[in-house]
Amino acid sequence: MVDGQIPVEEYETGNTKHKWNLKKIKSSHKVLAEYDYKKSEIKNGFANRTLYINLGTNQIKEKKITEDMKKKFTGGRGFGLKLLWDSIKPTTHWDSEENNLIITTGPFCGITQYPGCGKSLCLTISPSTDIICDSNVGGFFGPYLKFSGFDAVEIQGKAKEDVVIVIDGEKGKISIETAPLEETDSHLVNEQLTHMYVSEDSEGSRQNVSVVSAGTAAEHSYWGCLNFSFWDIRRKVARMKQAGRGGLGTVLRDKKIKAVVAKVEKFSGLQNNPADPGSLAKLGTKIHREIRDLDRYQCNMRTVGTGHLVEIMDEYDLLPTENYRFGSFPKASKIYSPNFYKLFTKVIPDGCWHGCTMACAKTVDGFTVMTGPYKGQKVTVDGPEYETLGCGANMSLWDPLWILEFNFYCDTYGLDTISTGTAIAFYMEMYEYGILNKERCDGLELCFGNAEAALEFMHRIARGDKGEFVGVAAKGIRRVKDWLIEKEWGDKQLIEDTGMESKGLEYSEYVTKESLAMQGGYGLTLKGPQHDEAWLIFMDMVNNAIPTFADKAEALHYFPMWRTWFGLNGLCKLPWNDVEPVNNAEADDPSKVPEHVQNYVELQNAITGWNVNKEELILQSERCYNWQRAMNVWMGRGRRKDDWIPYRSMGPVTKMEYVSRKERYDKQLVEILGLSEKEVEDMDIEKKMKLLYDYKQDQYQKLADAVYYRRGWTPNGVPTPQKMKQLGMDEPKMLKMIQKKIDEDEKAGLNVWGGKYKRGENPPSKDLDYWEKG
Amino acid sequence: MRSYWVKTVGIEVNGRKIDWVENETIKQLLRRMRYTFPLVVVKINQKVILRKDFPDVVVPDNSRVDVIHMISGG
Ligand code: SF4
Repeated sequence: MVDGQIPVEEYETGNTKHKWNLKKIKSSHKVLAEYDYKKSEIKNGFANRTLYINLGTNQIKEKKITEDMKKKFTGGRGFGLKLLWDSIKPTTHWDSEENNLIITTGPFCGITQYPGCGKSLCLTISPSTDIICDSNVGGFFGPYLKFSGFDAVEIQGKAKEDVVIVIDGEKGKISIETAPLEETDSHLVNEQLTHMYVSEDSEGSRQNVSVVSAGTAAEHSYWGCLNFSFWDIRRKVARMKQAGRGGLGTVLRDKKIKAVVAKVEKFSGLQNNPADPGSLAKLGTKIHREIRDLDRYQCNMRTVGTGHLVEIMDEYDLLPTENYRFGSFPKASKIYSPNFYKLFTKVIPDGCWHGCTMACAKTVDGFTVMTGPYKGQKVTVDGPEYETLGCGANMSLWDPLWILEFNFYCDTYGLDTISTGTAIAFYMEMYEYGILNKERCDGLELCFGNAEAALEFMHRIARGDKGEFVGVAAKGIRRVKDWLIEKEWGDKQLIEDTGMESKGLEYSEYVTKESLAMQGGYGLTLKGPQHDEAWLIFMDMVNNAIPTFADKAEALHYFPMWRTWFGLNGLCKLPWNDVEPVNNAEADDPSKVPEHVQNYVELQNAITGWNVNKEELILQSERCYNWQRAMNVWMGRGRRKDDWIPYRSMGPVTKMEYVSRKERYDKQLVEILGLSEKEVEDMDIEKKMKLLYDYKQDQYQKLADAVYYRRGWTPNGVPTPQKMKQLGMDEPKMLKMIQKKIDEDEKAGLNVWGGKYKRGENPPSKDLDYWEKG
Repeated sequence: MRSYWVKTVGIEVNGRKIDWVENETIKQLLRRMRYTFPLVVVKINQKVILRKDFPDVVVPDNSRVDVIHMISGG
């Protein structure tokens, strides 16, 4: 036990206790299908089979994982991509029968010796983007799915009435049961089902059950997230981690799944049967010590979680404020981490899976809900994490309690905090300009800082409100843009430039105006603007370390590949670079944290028994990354036009933004565009903005040119058959498809560079068919 | 008019020229630059300075200072 920690038996949760008649709820279940399976041992990190469930036909079956599948797709997200490829069509939409909701685990998933090994990867066709979305999440479900004997579960088809799917790893039984009486909101249904499926009435036993659910708002919005539970034996609540991005919870509820439950008899840290447990233990001891000794001097994750980033982002002008208009704000200090530290329950280990010494999953316990259906009740709020705090800043909500309220309802209603917060911030800006108003917002005064209106908007989504605004707004920024433009309520360009979405997905919470590389980190991505592919703002804007297009392209190759690798293995990325070894500064390329990269090489070898090096790790990712992009192409997307980003992420859209950072922008006109100071002084602001606009748009296109070239794609952003073959991804159907798409692009004149190259400047290659030479 | 014997005083921090301040330590320079991020690697003329020495090491005139912010975040 950690010094000062409260013993389990002495801790009282302080949250409202619910009295449910669980017997009655359970007896109302009707079993629709059952499947007994033979339990088997996990070998070297793999269960070597996946579970397939079809809710339309009530079919349940096992599928084998072949050695070839491991070689090509490694595990985790890679397996998810392969299962999607085998099960969907290019015309599949999020609500099609054949859309597949997949939860996968990598070979590391379930290990407790090394921090961050409890992550699951969830994939589906997203309602927001209509292409594949992948989202990574903690909680106990992934490890329990693996310990139950499956590397992944895929769910196709739709049930006719609400169901729960139970994966009982204790008995070796899968069942689909109707679930008419359970609650839908996650903080309740996760608790109900934990109590209902527990083997004996004890805290330890409750810890052996994990539930995946989405809430009531996921039924009416495209922002549905999945809540993965982990029973906290001290707080005596089912805490939750979210697979937030892309509307996975929307798909869960569209399939009429109330929850998926996984249950194990017991577990141990070596249940994955690693090939070399001795090396694993050695690596684990080293990193645990490092985190314990250094975190307090570095990111302080163990104390305040990712919330420590708020003060840093504010200081560096990167904290999105009022819909990304600004990067810092005088009131921001109200939501700095010390203000949440005061509210967090302390001295409790806060890992989202066992063995995570980084323990960044903070909570506020006994929070009294202020609005909505749970008003007056006491609840445990998981978080807020940095992104949720960033949403607070974006909506101009500076009261920690309102941010907690927003956090709690997003989670229990099953709404992704990022998409919800970013979208509301956009609606608030539209409200400020009169493009939206009280009448157009169904009576809501959705202006910056109005927390009550923001919460009321969410309650209405959860209730399935039939108002026109609520109906469209709950589908996200892209649909609202189209709606506003169709109604002719505002300037089209202003609406397009200020709504922070790309590919239909809302931005996560960083201001990128001064970092071209990070604009690429958001735009030149597979699923949309989420920072989990690359976070290059410091490297680019502050360190000035990647000045050329080639440098930026190299970073936009390496980091997305490196970070994809975490998803292939069932890992959290935080222990990679949110703590660094004491001598990291002396390493060749400290940004990559080479010692930790080497840990991961040795870990993968120790678990799987493979013999890989660090280059092979990148190759593993490249295979899957290119496969996913090719699948986007297959679905009619994945080209340059789909990598478009709104101008608000590049530069000042409004005069107010220009004026607020006038010195910076005037300087750019002089230093970058070569104007004299006198010219800039005499120029009117519209002209200055236009010059910057054209320049920044062109820079982005040149960046895309460099990145596509570096990734081995065509100038229109399509992975080539040559590249795929080189990576060993040589499935004939895939190769034929991409060749056909490249030929179509060629005919349409789209295989050309996007940047405007002046004399003395060169595109990445003069030969536009460079890839054909291999 | 600048006399020929006056030496320019200035340092380069992450490729950007700024004024040199006499007796300024790395810790003070980081504060002046508002570099509050804790995970930084500092090099003066390519030589790594250990974090524990930030309060004592003085930044010499005409030096090139690299303040490498680790990625973290995200
Ligand atoms: S670092 Fe945080 S998010 Fe990652 S596994 Fe540990 S507790 Fe979970």
